[in-house]
Amino acid sequence: MKPYERVPAFGHPTNEPRPKVRFIFDGKSYEGLEGDTLAAALLANGIGIVGRSFKLHRPRGIMGGGVEETNGLLQLESGPFDEPNVRATMMPLYQGLKASSQNAWPNAQHDVLGVMDRFAKLLPASFYYKSMMWPNWHFYERFVRPIAGLGKAPILPDAQRYHKRNVHCDLLIVGGGPAGLSAALVAGRAGLRVILADDREQYGGSLLAERFIINGAPGGQWVANTVTTLEQMPNVQLLPRTSVSGYYENNFLAAAQRVTNHFGPQGQRGKLRERLWRIRAQSVVLATGAIERPLVFSNNDRPGVMLASAVRLYVNRFGVVPGSSVVVATNNDEAYRTAFDLHAVGVKALTVVDTRASVAAELVRDVKTKGIQHFVGYGISDVLGARKVRAVKISRHLGEGTLAATTTTVKCDLIAMSSGWSPTIHLYSQAGGTLQYKEGIGCLVPLACAQAVRVIGAANGRFSLPECIEDGVDAGRAVATELGAKPGAPGELPTTHAASREAMRIEPFWYTRSARTDKQWLDFQYDVKVSDIELAMRENFVSVEHVKRYTTGGMSVDQGKSSNFNILAIMAELSGQPIVRVGTTRFRPPYQPVTIGAFAANTVGELYAPWQTLHAASSHAGSKAHFGDYGWRRPEYYPQGQEDIIAATRREVFVVRNGVGMFDGSPLGKIEVRGPDAATFLNRVYVNNLASLKPGFARYAMLTNDNGVLIDDGVVVRLADDHYLVHATSGAVGRVFLLFEEYLQCEWPGLRVHINNVTTQWANVTVSGPKARLVVQKFESDIDFSVGRFAHMHFRSGTFAGVPVRILRASFTGEVTYEISVASRYGKSLWDSIASAGEEYGIAPYGIEALEVMRAEKGYLHVGADTDGNSNPLDIGWAKIIEKKTDDFIGRRSLQRCADHAAGRLEFVGLESLQPKTPLPVGGHFVDDASPTIPKASAGYVTTACMSPMLNKAIGLGILRDGASRMGEVVSIYARGKITVARVVPTTHFDPKGERLNG
Amino acid sequence: MLRIPCPFCGSTRDEDEFTFGGPYDRVRPSAPGQLSDEQWADYLFTRDNVRGRSRERWRHTFGCRQWFGIERDTVSHALVRVFTFDEVSRDDEQGNRIIGGLHEAV
Repeated sequence: MKPYERVPAFGHPTNEPRPKVRFIFDGKSYEGLEGDTLAAALLANGIGIVGRSFKLHRPRGIMGGGVEETNGLLQLESGPFDEPNVRATMMPLYQGLKASSQNAWPNAQHDVLGVMDRFAKLLPASFYYKSMMWPNWHFYERFVRPIAGLGKAPILPDAQRYHKRNVHCDLLIVGGGPAGLSAALVAGRAGLRVILADDREQYGGSLLAERFIINGAPGGQWVANTVTTLEQMPNVQLLPRTSVSGYYENNFLAAAQRVTNHFGPQGQRGKLRERLWRIRAQSVVLATGAIERPLVFSNNDRPGVMLASAVRLYVNRFGVVPGSSVVVATNNDEAYRTAFDLHAVGVKALTVVDTRASVAAELVRDVKTKGIQHFVGYGISDVLGARKVRAVKISRHLGEGTLAATTTTVKCDLIAMSSGWSPTIHLYSQAGGTLQYKEGIGCLVPLACAQAVRVIGAANGRFSLPECIEDGVDAGRAVATELGAKPGAPGELPTTHAASREAMRIEPFWYTRSARTDKQWLDFQYDVKVSDIELAMRENFVSVEHVKRYTTGGMSVDQGKSSNFNILAIMAELSGQPIVRVGTTRFRPPYQPVTIGAFAANTVGELYAPWQTLHAASSHAGSKAHFGDYGWRRPEYYPQGQEDIIAATRREVFVVRNGVGMFDGSPLGKIEVRGPDAATFLNRVYVNNLASLKPGFARYAMLTNDNGVLIDDGVVVRLADDHYLVHATSGAVGRVFLLFEEYLQCEWPGLRVHINNVTTQWANVTVSGPKARLVVQKFESDIDFSVGRFAHMHFRSGTFAGVPVRILRASFTGEVTYEISVASRYGKSLWDSIASAGEEYGIAPYGIEALEVMRAEKGYLHVGADTDGNSNPLDIGWAKIIEKKTDDFIGRRSLQRCADHAAGRLEFVGLESLQPKTPLPVGGHFVDDASPTIPKASAGYVTTACMSPMLNKAIGLGILRDGASRMGEVVSIYARGKITVARVVPTTHFDPKGERLNG
Repeated sequence: MLRIPCPFCGSTRDEDEFTFGGPYDRVRPSAPGQLSDEQWADYLFTRDNVRGRSRERWRHTFGCRQWFGIERDTVSHALVRVFTFDEVSRDDEQGNRIIGGLHEAV
């Protein structure tokens, strides 16, 4: 690979040599120049093969100049800076850059899987739906997975930092080429708040690729002057390196800014890497330009075949001439500029192959004067050279894509192709804009959009430089006027060439009809060829959305920027329909890949979600609590000495069951329900009869949705005729509260009820155990705790230790329990006081782990753990409770359906392991066979399991098919290839009569 | 992201302050026991998939938490009008209450 000699970049002062930049590609060291993209540097070093195509592993070389690039996808850096699928055409070169080729082993130059190309006939579109079936997919999966994909996903956490920012503006201009810059100047001068975003490293857009003169100097000068002017306007915000990736409703757009990517890992240390802008704009101008289309001919995917405009970009912007004998293949006038620009920098061997029958006489003369070979009315019938272009075969174009049989061979090492241009209307379409086909310029352009957006310049099918500038000025004025600002007197437009000099005069040449369609590429990355479109349509995939997915055309990293239009044009040809009838596939954000980190911004690590902290948190920490994330940060266990979670949990259970323990139950959901119709309301909502609850009493209640499915449970307390306190679970209280409000506002607005979520206003200390009464009696209170005066499932309010208190005797442990609630600002103080008072009784704190063990011993269910999305109250044995209630409640009607009480439903049961020391596997499925062959029908599953400290054996809970009528049966549980055997028992394993509760 | 004017708060906020709650005109049947299984299933699960103007129930979840109605064009996302339950009754054009689904909030 010999490096090419550079020529001066257009407009760049020759006496200012650009500094050298060293970089590494596939382990070898190379040199580029400052300002290069990685693609330009690779081309300059003569590196023709930079990757392999996805399916057939054909060699791939750089094809484009920017966002349309399909082949130059590289793995960049490594470790915590590892980034796959980086487009070399968008990546600026920095000192020490390390990149490697993808989808090839050992590297792209010599890829072992290159042999796949020989099997191309067996691997057409969707071959995987017709193969790899027997015996089953998994047999083949192990071979396919390692070779699927392009880049490799990073393994280490991302070391880089990201941020999000919201911003409002009067005008967002997307695209900083001549159209966008012109609009920004006018709007900025009118005083509007303008944001000008462009996805390249610097402004200029298409001007960067051309040898155009503006105001007598190279176009780049006008760009630089304009940018300087804009930089000095305080009301204009310039965002280069920023890709506007999504256009949503009401002019809300998202843009990803590359803040320090161009510095590489070393330069990014401690700095922000990318910023996601969330922009709300009064008005939007899309000056997003257009993308050139590849010409479709045999073997048009070979390394050395590039887009004509991309060749101009490399020559004019970077001074890189990636070939010494060039063939320009085209169906329009625009591509001739590539031949002329190459001529201008001294390339001698130049040929233009034009598929059109005739060409303007002036153009013919121009070509001849420059000594360029000219074949008018010819097409390319084949490309020679598998790893690098070495020649083309051309023949007469007889019309409609058919070429004559006789060929002429032209030696070349670079083919610059063009099949016309497609306006970049992706963001416009996301905004809801519709498109129309323009015959004269052979492309889709904007038609109408309900949002406040204008599309200008090439994006609107106005391709010439003067038209772009004019459009920009007009748009700037129109927006300024619309928003009530004064655009000022129209200045003189910058002088440049006539628009007619850039007339396209395109004659569509969609594909080579007379050549083999399985050799003509449409999507270079995914190896989608014309034959694949034929196949899809033959198999009756009529819709463009189906053809896209069946062939995977346009589904790769480039999202079809260079392939979508060719595909739908060919679909139109093959089905005899106009292009508008075929339509386009849906455009969705992001327009270009956006780093996931930018969407996450700083909601990573500890900040991934907000959390709530207990008032007594410092006391828990002081007792060495091990906290877990439950939305609230809650103690899971309090290890003493060298205890692990199992030893600590065990000790805590014994402390509670044999003495007294204390638990922070502050997060328990608490909803106040007050009003004359409070009882009526709760009775309509809950499964239980709550109207019959007397003041001072509490009842365990179930909540279902209208489909009869259990959604929450909790103890409901009645304080007075018109006053209830509903305890929802800590995890569901938010949803349940909103549900209550929905019923009251939308369905029963006539009910006189007020509700309030007071969960965080009360802190709670739960004292539980045979000695619990002794501890609470040590405090000064107007509540009588003596035996028989304050029974289980009763409620008292009063004062306790000098502050107002609410005390509920409910229990999740199965022991005598007092849930003591005070205003949350007393939470820590109450905890510390109780800890101190209980010292003489050996009180110790217990956490969620111990609570879970004790509730499992008692068979108390956990909605969402012991019930699933089908479980209804009948499945947990509530038929009798429902029978006793005559009124309607949410879910009642659904329980009357046959399926809701049919045989075969999963019912809540207790389990004990036949081998007392063998734990039951949570999630293990009940199977009706002691040695089952998989796959096997599941008869339910184990939902809770633990080693019971009190019973000294492995117990559990589960939902089992017809479980209620299978007491005493022995069942098999399948988990991870093993069988565990258990007996079905009543759910209450410990103290079944509840004697301890009533102590 | 839509901009929605809350009729109670009196200001226009971003869509992520609100929650969509299903069709506006559907109300919970007052006597579910009198419905057949088919009618009940229709209430629970059947929805119109409107192309064009659709009347919807929305809640200002991270504001005043009140429910109100929006008539929205499902194609262009334009909010045709925003109204309270008092201003527009939750019936069909003939004034019939439509048996319909309560949005499942849980």
